[in-house]
Amino acid sequence: MTGAATDVALSVEGVSLSFGGVKALTDVSFAVRKGLITAVIGPNGAGKTSLFNTISGFYRPQSGDIAFEGRSLSGSAPPERAKLGLARTFQNIALFRGMTVLDNIKLGRHAHMRTGLLDALVYHGRARREEIALRAEIEERVIDFLEIQHIRNAPVATLPYGLRKRVELARALAMRPRLLLLDEPVAGMNREETEDMARFILDVKEEWGVTILMVEHDMGMVMDISDHVVVLNFGQVIAEGAPAEVQMNPAVIAAYLGAGELGRRLRSPEAA
Amino acid sequence: MDWLFLAEVLLAGLGAGSLYALAGVAFVLIYKATRVINLAIGEILMLGGYVFFGAAAAWHLPAWIALPVAIVAGALVGAVVERLLIRPMLGESPISVFMVTIGLGSILAGAVQVIWGADPLRLPEFMPNTPIFIGDAYLAPKVAYGFVAAMLIIVAFALALRFTRSGVALQATAADQGAAYSVGINVSRVFSLSWIVACAIAAGAGVLVGAIGGISPTMGIFGLSVLVVVIVGGLDSMLGALVGGLLIGIVEAFSGTFLGGEYKFLITFSVLIVVLMLRPYGLFGRHEIERL
Repeated sequence: MTGAATDVALSVEGVSLSFGGVKALTDVSFAVRKGLITAVIGPNGAGKTSLFNTISGFYRPQSGDIAFEGRSLSGSAPPERAKLGLARTFQNIALFRGMTVLDNIKLGRHAHMRTGLLDALVYHGRARREEIALRAEIEERVIDFLEIQHIRNAPVATLPYGLRKRVELARALAMRPRLLLLDEPVAGMNREETEDMARFILDVKEEWGVTILMVEHDMGMVMDISDHVVVLNFGQVIAEGAPAEVQMNPAVIAAYLGAGELGRRLRSPEAA
Repeated sequence: MDWLFLAEVLLAGLGAGSLYALAGVAFVLIYKATRVINLAIGEILMLGGYVFFGAAAAWHLPAWIALPVAIVAGALVGAVVERLLIRPMLGESPISVFMVTIGLGSILAGAVQVIWGADPLRLPEFMPNTPIFIGDAYLAPKVAYGFVAAMLIIVAFALALRFTRSGVALQATAADQGAAYSVGINVSRVFSLSWIVACAIAAGAGVLVGAIGGISPTMGIFGLSVLVVVIVGGLDSMLGALVGGLLIGIVEAFSGTFLGGEYKFLITFSVLIVVLMLRPYGLFGRHEIERL
């Protein structure tokens, strides 16, 4: 148990969630291994976003437990989970409108800043130093890394869709996460934007050593970059394993992709 | 037409308008952060005036202590109301929350009447009495000091919103609650902070309003003009509260002077209707477009 537990970043155990009579998740269990990319796939309404909202603390499951690095998260609110190192992005981009790209990204550090309002008045020097250090770190690590130098002073509302998604990723990275939750990172993107995003996600894993859990519909992208795939259908885990295994799993093909055209396309090599 | 007289009416209108703006800022702060329409804002103003009266007239405290006492009382009321009445209503329909604030207004007006009686009262004098002239135009000293105080508070508040950590957290919460949560902002703390600060500002505004026109349990009517101000300016816009407040103050001063006090509301509400016809979200309000 302990040997296996050390390389697990997040473990979801027997999580059930329902809204009134509607069961969104039923006894969902799986583990996210440290330093790898785990993808959750499933048809619309399978419970993927509910699962994400449960992990980030927006929903409270009726039963089951979610543990992050061996520590149970039940009872902690989203801000506390953010402090522990969980960062997320949203399916329908959730940026702070009316602020610039840089302000949005800086807010990612909000939970970690030590100086409060009173400190800022009393220890002006410390607050200033913290601000300067923060700016440098964000400029060097996050903005350069995601190649968004040219838009850093632009108001987010003026940006095209693909760039907004990238700014949201930048804000999540500014939180110095240990686990990054990406809710449909390439939804609505064209081929080129998708490839850029896939490259950034791989770089985050490799250069930053951040564990990634993502929900995504783009099968090509999931199969390309994931190390482990979890398949949800009607709120239950129906299969999990390496991309190649999941791709060949008849239950997945039948239940999720249908036995017809899509299933064949997925099995054929050019889809991957 | 006498230009000097017009200038005096204009100055009086700006003076009254600055207090509308101050109360409007308090209203907008709560709306922006929590999306609650607080119809009790006029009664919280009134409460500020009465607490000042109680501290200054009954306990004979000097004004420089009675004023902070009134502001702290407003902050406490804000904290208690948010925790006990508003937070349990989280997730309920906006109309229900709106009704709760109407009820709160009635309770405050009733409580004030039980404690201090129904008769209008005058606040003890605490501002210098030397007449003030701007050019040749006369301005009542209380109105002038009220204007200066209101503008200072609004500027300080705008700076705090832009440059403090709590201010930034509040802006972030106003822009997107889910995102604010996920970057580690304690949204419930932002909610209570916005009520505390808004009610403290409103109580302070109540002392200024009371100093000029006296206090009475029907002073909550002031809230009706504040509502016009924030709807004209845009419910979620601080700048709108400022511009709308000054505008309504001036409109009221002119209509009161040239048509008579009984026409004041007729004119201001006509302004409201015209503004809403031309700009349904107010002069500076934001039209939210949701992408689904």
